[in-house]
Amino acid sequence: MSVDISSEGFTDDGSYNLRLYVAGQTPKSLLAIANLKKLCEEHLAGRYRIEVVDLLVTPQLAAGDQIVALPTLIRTLPPPLKRVIGDLSDTEKVLVGLDIRRRDLA
Amino acid sequence: MAKQHRPIDIDHGVALPKTPTGIDGLDALTFGGLPTGRPTLMCGSAGCGKTLFGMTFLVNGARRFGETGVFMSFEERTQDLSVNVASLGYDVDALVADGKLVIDHVHIERAEIEHSGDYDLEGLFVRLNHAIDSVGAKRVVLDTIEALFGGLEDTAILRAELRRLFAWLKDKGVTAIITGERGDGQLTRYGIEEYVSDCVLLLDNRVIDQVTTRRLRVVKYRGSAHGTNEYPFLIDEEGVSVLPITSAGLAHPISHEAISSGVPGLDAMLGINGFFRGSSILLSGLAGTGKSTFGATFVDAACRRGERCLFFAFEESPEQIVRNMGSVGIDMQAHVDSGLLKFEAARPSLYGFEMHLARMNRDIERFDPSVVVVDPISAFRGPSMEIHATLIRLADICKSKGITAMFTSLSGATDQMSEGERSVSSLMDTWISLSNIEANGERNRILYLLKSRGMNHSKQLREYRLTNQGVEMVDAYIGPDGVLTGTARVVQETREREAGVVRQQAINRRRRELARKRAAIEREVAERLSALEAEESEVSMMLEEDETRERTFTDERTRMAQLRGTSL
Repeated sequence: MSVDISSEGFTDDGSYNLRLYVAGQTPKSLLAIANLKKLCEEHLAGRYRIEVVDLLVTPQLAAGDQIVALPTLIRTLPPPLKRVIGDLSDTEKVLVGLDIRRRDLA
Repeated sequence: MAKQHRPIDIDHGVALPKTPTGIDGLDALTFGGLPTGRPTLMCGSAGCGKTLFGMTFLVNGARRFGETGVFMSFEERTQDLSVNVASLGYDVDALVADGKLVIDHVHIERAEIEHSGDYDLEGLFVRLNHAIDSVGAKRVVLDTIEALFGGLEDTAILRAELRRLFAWLKDKGVTAIITGERGDGQLTRYGIEEYVSDCVLLLDNRVIDQVTTRRLRVVKYRGSAHGTNEYPFLIDEEGVSVLPITSAGLAHPISHEAISSGVPGLDAMLGINGFFRGSSILLSGLAGTGKSTFGATFVDAACRRGERCLFFAFEESPEQIVRNMGSVGIDMQAHVDSGLLKFEAARPSLYGFEMHLARMNRDIERFDPSVVVVDPISAFRGPSMEIHATLIRLADICKSKGITAMFTSLSGATDQMSEGERSVSSLMDTWISLSNIEANGERNRILYLLKSRGMNHSKQLREYRLTNQGVEMVDAYIGPDGVLTGTARVVQETREREAGVVRQQAINRRRRELARKRAAIEREVAERLSALEAEESEVSMMLEEDETRERTFTDERTRMAQLRGTSL
């Protein structure tokens, strides 16, 4: 099962494809989803697409993206692949991890 | 997360269920294998064979015990793994294709990961659970889970999650092997032995005198007896094998049957016309005394009786032995061709003692011979204690299987007994000493029986010759000057013969002289007797004359008195 949470007027060019892996509706999962939505609206309005993958439903997807820790956020586009683990409560680190904000500015 | 609960027998009086690893020695020393449904920690430094052990556990499970498995690798990639274990003859790809094995490579690159907030390792659980459920796995190997410590920052989370993982594995009811790198002062680098404590195996790879020996030890095994020593193990093209030495007892059955040494003269020296079956025989001697030849003769005799023989060669290649034995009339190739004789050749320095022992044990197990020849044991160099331990175990293995074992040993020219001989002498039932005697510009070979338990054996030194018909015993000359052999013996025998002739002649001469003397004396006696007789006859003649004269005189007086008497 994957849930798409996309911003209005989504386009392919220069946009962010994000995939969030969680396992079930745990408080940690819900917190991560909420944090991600908030962050995207603030910094990537109109330029993002989020896919939430619940591994309890599709466990076979875990190996492909080398998922070990949960929650894991993966930026599939633009390349290169980036990953952030945790409930995404530290917004600065997420922005750096996704290359939305340059490391030296963080 | 869906969890399958399976009760585990801990509190009940029943014996701990065990899962065989298929590694014979290991199953023997753990009395059945690893604890079923529990995780086992296998730790050791780099290059100990942890991964191969784990893979062997899974491959044996799939092939021999009908149990599917999951190999979760944290270090090697899937394709590297299958290539690496292919050298042991494991076709991992085929097992994967058949749905008997799942290999999952978990890769974490610390530099690629940004941490933001709280997380757990549920992803790993999901993957493992999925892998286990997809093939119904009963066996799991996690190799090496501590790699996670290198990939993730928060060790507190990691430790908590690992603890949870091992508990989860138990709940899942899979028999797991968790490998770990050896750490300083503790079993594993990150101390995960704290969480996995039902069964701990320690692998070790020690280098002594430039020779590496792998060893295995069962550090702990909750709820089960186990062998406590360090056991050598072997990884080669045949897979993994562990050598349990616990069997080294003194309870082996004995035999009264005599088997020929192949040399009739030697058999005759042994009180029972051969060696006892199942006994250990030591042949010691200097270089060039024909130790290998005796060994080959023994093997030849056994093969002719239709018995299987295993020849461990540590100095010569099999081809060389076959060629050389051809020169003394022994056709070993024929026995090799008939499948009764098998050579196992290796340089002594190739492995450590333990390794050699493990290898020999395995070869003996596989070939099931009734005669074993080890040529020579003196090729092993190293601390005498280790040589001793190795040979004791080898002799014990042979005895316990009723195998007649012949060991050859090269003695030094100076000392009476080499280190190896001294250490094994008490193990040997029969000890044949071969030596060279150098004299008169030639070298001759003699042998004697230093000991031979349970038989009234010859105490004599005997000369033997290596002829093109094999070993031939010759009666040695034992005289006042000691034992003479070879030409000296022949010379001495001739000399003896000549001396005898001379003595005989002297006796004859004395006898003739005596006869002559006797004749002379007898003659003299006769002469004297005749002289005496002559004298006697003269005396009696004189006496007669005297009487006659007396009578005449008396007569005259009487007549004269008559004449005058008328007047008387």
